[in-house]
Amino acid sequence: MTMQAMIDEWYPVGLISQLDAGGRRTALMGEPILVASDIDGKAKVTGGNGRILPVRLRYGHVWSSLGDPKNELFPIPEADQPGRRFVDVGVVRVRCSPLRAVENFLDIAHFPFVHTDILGAEPHTEVQNYKVEIREDVDEVWATQVKFYQPQAAKSASGGITTEYMYRVPAPTCSVLYKTCPPRPSEWDVITLFVQPLAEDICDVWPWMALFDDETSLTDLIHFQQTIFLQDRSILENQIPRLLPLDPGMEIPTRADLTSIAYRRWLKRHNYTYGAQLVAQ
Amino acid sequence: MKLYDYILSPSGYKVRLMAALIGVKLELRPVDFHPGLEHRSPELLSLNPAGSIPILEDGDLILTESSAILVYLAAKAAPKWLAGEKPEEAARVQQWLSFSGRLTASLGAARLHEMLLRPGDIAALQAQGMAALRELEAGLVEQRLRGMRFLAADRPTVADIACFPYVALAPDGGVLLDAYPTIRLWSRALRSLDGFIEMPGIHRLHELKPEPQIEPGEA
Repeated sequence: MTMQAMIDEWYPVGLISQLDAGGRRTALMGEPILVASDIDGKAKVTGGNGRILPVRLRYGHVWSSLGDPKNELFPIPEADQPGRRFVDVGVVRVRCSPLRAVENFLDIAHFPFVHTDILGAEPHTEVQNYKVEIREDVDEVWATQVKFYQPQAAKSASGGITTEYMYRVPAPTCSVLYKTCPPRPSEWDVITLFVQPLAEDICDVWPWMALFDDETSLTDLIHFQQTIFLQDRSILENQIPRLLPLDPGMEIPTRADLTSIAYRRWLKRHNYTYGAQLVAQ
Repeated sequence: MKLYDYILSPSGYKVRLMAALIGVKLELRPVDFHPGLEHRSPELLSLNPAGSIPILEDGDLILTESSAILVYLAAKAAPKWLAGEKPEEAARVQQWLSFSGRLTASLGAARLHEMLLRPGDIAALQAQGMAALRELEAGLVEQRLRGMRFLAADRPTVADIACFPYVALAPDGGVLLDAYPTIRLWSRALRSLDGFIEMPGIHRLHELKPEPQIEPGEA
């Protein structure tokens, strides 16, 4: 494990809507931090030794970094698109590597077994061929043309549909998912997984959504996404080893794992290894 | 009948599960418990000053204790889920209904701490949860020796439904169930009931893993 490469990245550390003067005592990569609003109501993140950490307020969340971020927080253009509803799903703590939380989010093969009758159902278990690339210009992992049969793809879906997905990994612990939008076929719904690494084997996960859906209540949208993520949580907490293996060791990936392979390769290339196991045991 | 409910609440799930098992239709009113803390909103506090969910509303009747809600549903639609005539059975149903409160206070609080970052002394909550699980395991073993598979009788009752969710979700709070074989058999028996429904963290029995054939008396 080396922290250096990941220390200069941005991480979610709280909800903007829940900022208060008392603050949220939490941690970032092992360092205790305090996320609070200052006397002028501005967000302020304080590190373990009292130093002031950089702050961004974006996508419903407060973002910070222990280091000196060389890049601005990654863009999500849909976050500025009129007509979308923005949903703060709320924090869920998971005893797993932050990298494992992202990898699970990128996987579709588990849908029929973990999200049965919602995001997948037997016998529709086949993962059709899809495309994966590391886009050098933006330095992001992208998976496109991912198609999967889903009994209830979204709260706004009324029956089974074949859903198309695109996945994007713009930062080591963040993923953005673009998904068929049932009420507006020309647009993509945006569902994100922002992961705050508390330590190498425990994280706070902050899902966030930008959807076209004028019908469903906000609470129903939150509960739909929480249902999905809490189904994942019990699986994630039982994965062994707890850290994400970057050395294939005894693993034999299949074609359905292309996104995961690209993600791991990209992590390795950048030395994004906080939460990773470097040598198979 | 209207249920103020939260999809991740084990107590809300008790009511949904009971209703599904006995074929009662509920109108669900989702409450934004997390992150919105809607259960502490003026509207919800006016229904339940304790600020807890679930809440069942049926005409003039408002119930805020999940055990009372289970008893109400069963009394209306499926009385065989209540205690029968025998004094011991009636007492055992009451015993485990009350005991279920300890599961909520220990395993339930540990789960909220570990999952949704609610405050609490996690080591103490987990220790209390394990003590409660040992008591439940012993109770189920004694029932098996009496030839009964469930907490108060050889048929499931409201007592089983009151205890099942917080037990099944114990791993969410960092308390493993590996050490309790009779609890696992009991969980399997409940999950194989007709009409059983899931919640996140509680899976249905997979059809490829059928009930092991166990001769009576062997378990």
